[in-house]
Amino acid sequence: MNKNLNQKIALIFAVLVLFLLGITGVSWVPWPGVTPKPLAQAIQDRIHLGLDLRGGVHLILKVKVEEAVGTETDNTVGRIQQDLKTANLGFTQVYKPDPTKPEVVKVEGVSPANATAVRSTLDNKYSNEYDVAGSGTDGSFTLTMKPSIESALEEKTVQQAIETIRDRVDTLGVSEPVIDEYGLGKYEILVELPGVDDLDRVKSLIQNTARLEIHAVVGGPYKDEQEAAASTGGSIPPDEEMLHGSGNMATGSDADAVYLLRRVAVVSGSDFRSADPGTDSNTGQRTVNFTLTNDAGDKFYDYTSKNINTSMAIVMGGRVKEVANIENPIRDSGLIRGSFTQDEVASLSKLLRTGALPASLEYLEDRTVGASLGADSIREGVTAAIVGVLVVMAFMLVYYKGSGINADLALFLNLVILLGFMGFSGATLTLPGIAGVILTIGMGVDSNVLIFERIREEARAGKAPAAAIDQGFGHAWVTIIDTHVTTIVSAAILFIVGSGPVKGFAVTLTFGLLANLFTAVYVSRLIFDWHLGRLKSGEPISI
Amino acid sequence: MELFRGVNIDWLRLKWAFLGFSLLFSVAGVIKMSVLWSTTGSPVPLGVDFRGGTEVQVQFQQAPDIDAIRKAMDAAGIRDAKIQPYNTTAGTNQVLISLPEELNEGALDTGRQQVVSALHAHYSNTFTDSGVKVDVVGPTVGKQLEKQAGRAILVSLLGMLIYLWFRFQLIYGVAAVVAVFHDTLITVGFFALTGQEISLTVIAAILTLVGYSMNDTIVVFDRIRENLRVSRRESLPDVVNRSINQTLSRTVLTSGLTFLTVLSLYIFGGQVLRGFSFALVVGILIGTYSSIAVAAPMLVAWQQWRASKGKAVVLPAAKRPRA
Repeated sequence: MNKNLNQKIALIFAVLVLFLLGITGVSWVPWPGVTPKPLAQAIQDRIHLGLDLRGGVHLILKVKVEEAVGTETDNTVGRIQQDLKTANLGFTQVYKPDPTKPEVVKVEGVSPANATAVRSTLDNKYSNEYDVAGSGTDGSFTLTMKPSIESALEEKTVQQAIETIRDRVDTLGVSEPVIDEYGLGKYEILVELPGVDDLDRVKSLIQNTARLEIHAVVGGPYKDEQEAAASTGGSIPPDEEMLHGSGNMATGSDADAVYLLRRVAVVSGSDFRSADPGTDSNTGQRTVNFTLTNDAGDKFYDYTSKNINTSMAIVMGGRVKEVANIENPIRDSGLIRGSFTQDEVASLSKLLRTGALPASLEYLEDRTVGASLGADSIREGVTAAIVGVLVVMAFMLVYYKGSGINADLALFLNLVILLGFMGFSGATLTLPGIAGVILTIGMGVDSNVLIFERIREEARAGKAPAAAIDQGFGHAWVTIIDTHVTTIVSAAILFIVGSGPVKGFAVTLTFGLLANLFTAVYVSRLIFDWHLGRLKSGEPISI
Repeated sequence: MELFRGVNIDWLRLKWAFLGFSLLFSVAGVIKMSVLWSTTGSPVPLGVDFRGGTEVQVQFQQAPDIDAIRKAMDAAGIRDAKIQPYNTTAGTNQVLISLPEELNEGALDTGRQQVVSALHAHYSNTFTDSGVKVDVVGPTVGKQLEKQAGRAILVSLLGMLIYLWFRFQLIYGVAAVVAVFHDTLITVGFFALTGQEISLTVIAAILTLVGYSMNDTIVVFDRIRENLRVSRRESLPDVVNRSINQTLSRTVLTSGLTFLTVLSLYIFGGQVLRGFSFALVVGILIGTYSSIAVAAPMLVAWQQWRASKGKAVVLPAAKRPRA
């Protein structure tokens, strides 16, 4: 009996130490050659606090996947035109008839004689991705992207957006960022950045569409847009575009200067292999050193060798950053001196490395919690929880005298195990999570009250202490199992069905109740047994 | 120390009083909710989490002048901002500025930028960015959350019903779920009656209340089941009364202690936890009441109804507990 008891006590101490380590980790333990962390810091590293408690930025974004579908069908339109031209099959137009349905492509104006040939061309080349409809009797065919292909494309777009955002956010150096599918609605992404409170900076970083491009210059600089338009006889040709310059350009032109450029870029975003910020040693100007991919290098060499002594424009974010004269053919590396700001130069290399977003984003929700406000919430929540627990503990001592110590020890161990669980599992503690802790405390106290009341009842019925304790635990155990399993069942469902706050509640509640089954029943019983062993014969227990 | 030793109250005689009390509060809540529904389109005042909108909470270093802030907002062209002091035990110089909901997310963000830049323009020396909390919630997300929170609660109730069906009998599960539903209805009704907003943390509180009330009901049911097994000749009303009385000191103790914990949250927990702890203060009182006044009498009522239909009177505890 006694040996058995000692083993059980050893087990409980082992559990206590294990979960205390779960809360604190070992980084605070002094060790030769390692500087120990302060205990408070060690605990903070283990117990992850939610954004509502520690401060940070929380965003929910929606990816406009229809844009990615649109880009895909745009390409298809081009390919169909090409294929029909190559096969010498006449048509009046290939287009997308309905802007709200980016997945539909229509071919029109096919002569009845060619209908069969066009249909078989479309079937051969596009039926893997599209449902082809129409017999050509009215000269038209409709291609609709297959739903499975469309949803795969949409899914891929969301994943790509997540990757891109993750890469961009990584440049902020945030620890433990969350970037994931949100799960409540379709195509939604959740971004959580602890410790960041500059929302606008985060937004501009995530949404930055600035891309570096090099265009051929057709004309300019002009004084203003009217002058630029006048130079081409009043209207800009469809393959050209009008862009403003930016201040401090090396050529001395100012922000209002207007250039006419070829619309299609010579090299653009994905052609760059790298771009690194630098400074010109002579002038002190900020520079960007770039290298191109092999293919783009060949293309660029081809272009520059054919266009010696013409100008090209470096464009970023819709503005001409620099205009340079082509003196020699350039293959795959170069240096741009220009009117970049410090931030532009710095972000350029990051953006080039991370690539572009596959579709634009829409913000559905953004929340910022300032770090000091979060700290206030923690202080208040913790004060309230501690006061609550102390009041409960004091009451148990008064009401149940000696047995109150059992209840208080059990309650204390319960909280240690719960927090240790949080430390081991890496789960996040949020305000709703604290609600789960409170329900846990309530049910922990309840288990003890149930047991003690039952022991009193049995003792009143004339049972000896040992028998009363045995019966009390036996009867209360049935009730405790029922209440705990019911609540764990509902918490498990909340965990599966819920998200965010509901989930945080479910996690702490489940952990807490599991711990409570151990502490209120096993630990409390053990203390009674130990106490019984020391009672003199005939002495009543203190309850 | 001991309370309620050997009490012998005939709880079931009070059933009409209980029914009246429950009806009074449920009906009052429901009426208020339908009035709110017809006037505002929502049965309870919803917090920014569900309704959508923009809220900016600022911690100033000195006591803020609400009128001056209002003027600053007006000057910045923000007309319909609601500006109110928002005090907590940790910081007394807080102000909450809220803008009404907008149909599109872009407009909400513009509102946030206007408020923040107006504050910066006028008060840049009296607050820091780490003392600002901003919530911008678009209407889409609010709707999604609302649906999901409701669904999560319903599904978890169903889960409890099935477990109780398996452990006790169907009627026990039904009675417990009805009692919990009664508690939720009355608590939400209190929010409607007092005009407090339901936010995400209030939802967490309602989940807590569901768990708590269920726990309370099961304790009583467990005792009824046990007593039915031991004394088969006693009538069901007598067994129910005796079981409630036997568990009464436990019920009062646990409720009292949990109530103390929640009260400490309400007092020390600050504004963030105010709605949360309010829901629990109400919920614990109602949850304790409903175990005695709703769930247990339902068992008796069910049995009497079966008897009046001439069906076999099955005592709802024929099964032996397995644990």
